[in-house]
Amino acid sequence: MSAKKAMVAAARGLGLGVFSLVGSTFLLVFVVLAAALVPLGVGVVLLPPLLTAVRSHADLRRRLAQRWYGVRIPAAYRPRPAQPSATGLPRALHLLQDPAVRRDLRWLPVDMTAGYFVAMLPAVLLAKAVEGLALAAGLWKAVADGADYWYWFLPVSGQGDALVAGVLGLIVLHLAFRLNDPLLKAHFTLTRAVLAPSGRAVLEHRVEELARTRHDAVDTSAAELRRIERDLHDGAQARLVAMGMSLGTVEALLDRDPEQARQLLAQARAESAEALAELRDLVRGIHPPVLAERGLGDAARALALRTPVPVEADVDLPGRPEPAVESAVYFALSEMLTNVVKHAEARRIWLELGHRDGMLRLTVTDDGRGGADPAAGTGLAGVERRLGAFDGVLAVSSPTGGPTVVTLEIPCALSSPKTSSC
Amino acid sequence: MRVVLAEDLFLLRDGLVRLLEAHGFEIAAAVDNGPSLEQALRELEPDVAVVDVRLPPSFTDEGLQCALRARRRRPGLPVLVLSQHVEQLYARELLADGTGGVGYLLKDRVLDAGQFTEAVRRVAAGGTAMDPQVISQLLQRGSAADRPVSRLTPREREVLELMAQGRSNTAIAGRLTVTERAVAKHTANIFAKLGLEVSDDDNRRVLAVLAYLDAA
Repeated sequence: MSAKKAMVAAARGLGLGVFSLVGSTFLLVFVVLAAALVPLGVGVVLLPPLLTAVRSHADLRRRLAQRWYGVRIPAAYRPRPAQPSATGLPRALHLLQDPAVRRDLRWLPVDMTAGYFVAMLPAVLLAKAVEGLALAAGLWKAVADGADYWYWFLPVSGQGDALVAGVLGLIVLHLAFRLNDPLLKAHFTLTRAVLAPSGRAVLEHRVEELARTRHDAVDTSAAELRRIERDLHDGAQARLVAMGMSLGTVEALLDRDPEQARQLLAQARAESAEALAELRDLVRGIHPPVLAERGLGDAARALALRTPVPVEADVDLPGRPEPAVESAVYFALSEMLTNVVKHAEARRIWLELGHRDGMLRLTVTDDGRGGADPAAGTGLAGVERRLGAFDGVLAVSSPTGGPTVVTLEIPCALSSPKTSSC
Repeated sequence: MRVVLAEDLFLLRDGLVRLLEAHGFEIAAAVDNGPSLEQALRELEPDVAVVDVRLPPSFTDEGLQCALRARRRRPGLPVLVLSQHVEQLYARELLADGTGGVGYLLKDRVLDAGQFTEAVRRVAAGGTAMDPQVISQLLQRGSAADRPVSRLTPREREVLELMAQGRSNTAIAGRLTVTERAVAKHTANIFAKLGLEVSDDDNRRVLAVLAYLDAA
C-alpha cells in the first residue's frame, strides 16, 4: 500500500516539478518583461492575458491540491468589472490591484524554486533507492570501471562497497515509502502558505463582497419597486379610473338610454376582470401565492406543472428555508425554466431540489442544444446577483449540443415542517 | 340546495351570500376561518361547499386542506374551491380521488353570476368545474408537436377545452352555437384521436379527459 502510494507520489511529483519549473519560470519571465515594456505601451496589452494565464496556472495547482490531498486553497479573486470590455491600462491596473493576483505573482518565484525542489524529492528518493539496489545486484561492475563511482557519499569500487550501497538503498527505499506522500503534500502546503489569503485578507475580501452584494440587493429591490409602481400606475390604477368613468356615465344614462347604459356596464365589468388579471400577475411577480401557501417544495412543483416543456421534478425538502431565501430560489428557478423554454429547444427538463449539510441545492437539467452563457444574457446574471445577497452561487455547464446543467447552491437552515391546525 | 361558504374577507363573503341567496341557494353556514369550516362540514352535511383556498388562522391553504380532508371523510362531498390564483398542483390534488363533485375556479368568475351559479349547481350534482386557466395550461403542456392533442382541429380543441372545464354537451352546443349532434360528433372524434374510451356519463367523461391531459 505505502509502496504504491510512494510510487504514485513520485510520479506525480516528477510531473509537477517539471511543470512548476517550466510553467512558473516562463510566466515570471514574461510578466517581468511585460512590466518592463509598459512604458513602451506593448506591456499594457500583454499584461492582462499574462495575468490571466498566471491565474489559470495557479488555479490548476489549487485543483490538484484539492483532488490529491484535500488541501483547500481558497481563490479570492475580485469579480470581473461590470464592463468586461475594459482593456489596456485600466484592465491591467484593475488586475494588479487585486491582492489575489499579487499573491499569484509572489508565488511564481517560490514555486519555481522551493516548490520545484520539494515536488522532485519523492522521485529522487525512489530513484536513489533503486540505484543502490541495482549497484548491489551487480551494476557496480559496469559503472565503476576504472574511475570511482559515487553513491551519495560512498565511493563504489568493489562488491563490498556495492553491498553497503545496497543497504543504503534499502534504507532510502524505506524512507521513500514513508516520506514520499507527506513530501508531495508538503509541496501543496507550501503552495497554500503563499497563495492563500491571510486572515486579514480573507476578511477584507469578505467585506468587499458584502458591500458589493448589499449594493446589488438594494439596487435590485429598488428596481423591483419601480417596476411595481409602473405596473400599478399603467395597469390596475388606469383600469379603475376607466371603470369609474364608465359607471359615472351609466348613472347619467340610466333613465335616458338604458340600452347604452347596459353596454357600458358590461364594459365596466370587463375592465374590472382585466384589472384583476393584471393584479394577479403583479402579485405573482412580488410574492407568488403558492409560495406563501405551500412553501418552496410545492411552489417548485407548481412551477414545473406550469412549464410547457415536460418537467420531471424531484423535490426533497424536510422543512422550509427562511422566507427571503425561499423567494430568491423560487424566482431563480422560474428564470431558469423560462430560459430553457425560450432558448434551449429542450424536450425534457429534470429538476432536483434538496437540502444537505446546511446547503440548499437546486439543479435544472435539460436535453436542449446547450451553449448557454451566463455572461451573455441578463437572465442568469441577474439571478446570480440576487442570490449573492444570500451567499448563493450559480454554476452553469452548457456545452454546445447540450445537455445544460444549471446548479444553484445557497447556505441556509430549514425550519421544521409546519403542521396545519385545521 | 344547502351551501356551506368559507371566505375570510367580509365584503366577498357578504357578496357571495347575497349572490347565492338571490339564485335560490340556502346558506347553511357562512364562516371565516378553517376550524369553523371543518366543524360546519362535519355537522351540517351541506349539499355543496364553496371554499376559499386561503383562510385564517394560518393564511396558507387551510381552506383547500379542509376541503380535501372532508372529502376523504365523505368521498364525493361536492366542493367548489375559489382562489385569487389557480395552480395545476391544487387542481391535481382535488381531482386525485377520481370521484368528481369538485370545482376549482378563480374568484374572478364570480363576476359572471349566471356562469358561477351554474358551476355551483354542476359541482353539487357531482360534476366538475375547472377554471379555463387550468385547462389552457394543461392543453399547452399537452400539445407539444408529438402529442395526440396537437392532431385535433381548432374546433375540436375548443370543444375539448369546454368539456375539460366540465360542461355538458348541451352547454357546449349553446356556447359554440352549434347543434348538440355536432358536439357529439366532435367529442367522438376527440376521444378516438386521444385513444380514450367513450362514456355516456358526462362526469366520467370529463374526469377521463382531465386525467389524460394531466398525465401528458
